[in-house]
Amino acid sequence: MGLTGLEIFKRLPKTNCKDCGQPTCLAFAMAMAAGKAGLDQCPHVSDEAKEALGAASAPPVALVKIGTGEKQWELGNETVLFRHDKRFEHPTAIAISVSDTMSADEISAKVAKINKLVFDRVGQTHSVNLVAVENASGEADKFAAAVKVAFDNTELPLLLISEDTAAMEKALEVAGSKKPVICGATAANYEAMTALAKKYDTALVVKGTNLSELADLSEKVIALGHKQLLLDSGAREVNKVLADQTQIRRQALKRFRPFGYPTIAFVTSTDPFQSVVDAGIYITKYAGLMVMSSADPADILPLVTLRLNIYTDPQKPIAVESKIYEIGTPGADAPVFVTTNFSLTYFCVAGDVESARVPGYILPVDTDGISVLTGWAAGKFTPEKITEMLQGCGIADKVNHRKVIIPGGVAVLSGKLQELSGWEVLVGPRESAGIASFLKQRWSA
Amino acid sequence: MPVTIAKERWTSKVGELVLGTEPNTVKIGGESTLPFLHFEGEMPNRPQVALEVWDMEPAGWPEILTAPYAGVLNDPVAWAKKCVEYGADLVCLTMISAHPDNKNTSPAECAKTAKAVADAVDVPLIILGCGVEEKDAQVLEAVAEALAGKNCLLGCATPENYKTITAACMVHGHNIIASSPLDINLEKQLNILITEMNLSADRIVIDPSVGALGYGIEYAYSIMERTRIGALTGDKMMAMPVICLVGQEVWKTKEAKSSAEEAPEWGEQAKRAILWEVITSATFAQAGGSLFVMRHPDSLKQFRVHIDKMMESNAY
Ligand code: B12
Ligand code: SF4
Repeated sequence: MGLTGLEIFKRLPKTNCKDCGQPTCLAFAMAMAAGKAGLDQCPHVSDEAKEALGAASAPPVALVKIGTGEKQWELGNETVLFRHDKRFEHPTAIAISVSDTMSADEISAKVAKINKLVFDRVGQTHSVNLVAVENASGEADKFAAAVKVAFDNTELPLLLISEDTAAMEKALEVAGSKKPVICGATAANYEAMTALAKKYDTALVVKGTNLSELADLSEKVIALGHKQLLLDSGAREVNKVLADQTQIRRQALKRFRPFGYPTIAFVTSTDPFQSVVDAGIYITKYAGLMVMSSADPADILPLVTLRLNIYTDPQKPIAVESKIYEIGTPGADAPVFVTTNFSLTYFCVAGDVESARVPGYILPVDTDGISVLTGWAAGKFTPEKITEMLQGCGIADKVNHRKVIIPGGVAVLSGKLQELSGWEVLVGPRESAGIASFLKQRWSA
Repeated sequence: MPVTIAKERWTSKVGELVLGTEPNTVKIGGESTLPFLHFEGEMPNRPQVALEVWDMEPAGWPEILTAPYAGVLNDPVAWAKKCVEYGADLVCLTMISAHPDNKNTSPAECAKTAKAVADAVDVPLIILGCGVEEKDAQVLEAVAEALAGKNCLLGCATPENYKTITAACMVHGHNIIASSPLDINLEKQLNILITEMNLSADRIVIDPSVGALGYGIEYAYSIMERTRIGALTGDKMMAMPVICLVGQEVWKTKEAKSSAEEAPEWGEQAKRAILWEVITSATFAQAGGSLFVMRHPDSLKQFRVHIDKMMESNAY
């Protein structure tokens, strides 16, 4: 990388015209230095500056956009090999496949299942991202028909898998308007596939049979003027995919241009367990896009969760606002729970209070977004802070009792808390899952 | 365009540690590369798996976890044999009953149980206390003596109780688990304290306090990656193999415990729960975990199939 914001700034037009989406040329320069913007986003930059800044300023892994509209998903812009060095930027896109050897009814039924793979976690929704359509029949018409069924039944972007350019052309006539990913170009068909990708202005998977051939092909496609690429080294066994994914990321960070794009990894194991485990490895180890065939929520929930975990910013735990949360419509005699404002903790408690079917108030104390025991050990979840919350947030006006339920893990706080706050302290269960039975046995206002 | 394979030139490696006695030993550690990058260095020992046995009948375990151990859950010896039948490389006996909130079992009583289990199975043993630091020091001291010479792995040692446990390991020929709360400096610190008592570094295993998938896995993952890189770049106090106490974390999550009726949008429970344990483990294996303590025999089986594949060469 090397270039500082100031060095970049010197070569910009300095008109602050905002066309790049940044408030000033300086802001744009800083964003570019941080790897968060590319030079091509400034339409006014001079050719001479382009030359000076070009190669050095592009992010090591190019940003590639998939699909259109709300379901658009961005890949790439990655800058590190290890998440602790900074963070991973763009979560792996998950594609679930259907085949054109399935009947139209089977395809639409599976696509309906794929559409439902949406999960709530820590207050956010997480879902799969693409429907992949495979040209397993080898016939162009069947492929186009299958693509049509998928296209008509989902809002998700499509991944079109065929090495037959004629079949791809037909499929694109059906689905090209929503920028499906073309999968893809091989040594045999790359000129025609690249032409299609350019025509529809969409991402193109470039597939080699090994790393060297992949580098070759990637160069050739770049030379034809297409730069929305996804790299496939051809490896399909999990141990080899790991090696190739690692190589591609390492080489990209060393600015080996042919590998400066996000990758795609295919789960080909047909074992119901091992296929999901392989998928997990690809999410953890650098795949930009991962293709698998199961649409079973029991398989997808762990993968979506893993993706959320691996791609969170290690510097910033996800936190909720510290305020009164009402679950159901609690009255003056409803129970009051305290917890911390770490999202995971809060949503565990909120979910369990909800399923206890007793309306209640939850007060997440601001612990800088860390969990109950971590917060306690770090001196951020203390009797003083809980008292401050009880007295400052207005809960005393909402309830007619003075009883507060604390997590069982911090039972040791109860004496001091009772003394400081004047509230009666009830020690709840260690796990929030025990709240329902706790309320049955212990709660009355 | 031939691609020159990018290889890191690591200067050091992870220490190797042997558990158990001949001919039934288990070796862990010894890698001179990041996990499974066989193109770059050696990974002489595959990750090993222990199944967990309690010294009292567990309450609150979901049915799918108790089913494979039906009839043996109140008999640690029979339970341990069952684990060996299921193919466990090691047995991890947890003295949960020693907790003052449980039966407050005496150290002598714990030692008896440990001895009975050790006499019944050939595989190496891991013995864990109940998590109360003071009590664990007493329990593990007694256990260490009862199992003298068996080359077990005892834990978990913390800054509060490491002295007693380290001394017991030295006298009776065992190895120690050094436990730290997801903090690289505290981790090193404890290893230093233990080696300063003259227990050799190749008898220490690091416990970074892992969290399950969805419950803090990312923190442990990164701590473990940093630890592994530390080992490969020559930091001797980070060069110990890492143990991941996965089962105890996974089986308290909602995702493992909820039935399909309770959480219909999450799919079938059996599949989801096993995947939760296997994916948590497979992810930690990528970050450098060497020893895995799991609970469900199907998790062990699936994890092992996965590791078989990962151990195949990917040299270029
Ligand atoms: C991830 C983690 C971290 C992360 C923090 C992540 C975060 N955002 O919180 C990091 C790496 C930063 C961290 C740091 C530390 N950690 Co830490 N950490 C953990 C770990 C692995 C998981 C915690 C977690 O996220 N749990 C999941 C959440 C959902 O659990 P929870 O908040 O407790 O909520 C549950 C229950 O408490 C209950 N509940 C919650 N609220 C309520 C409310 C009511 C009313 C009821 C009834 C129930 C209830 O239900 C929830 C679901 O079951 C645990 C060990 C473990 N495996 O559990 C150690 C652990 C909590 N950490 C610990 C320590 C000591 C620390 C440090 C102080 C170490 C240090 N000196 O640096 C630091 C402090 C950081 C700081 N200064 O800010 C210790 C605490 C020891 C103790 N018993 O006091 C633990 C237990 C590890 C250990 N075994 O030693 N940690
Ligand atoms: S588009 Fe170019 S000239 Fe305009 S503000 Fe951005 S950087 Fe400056």
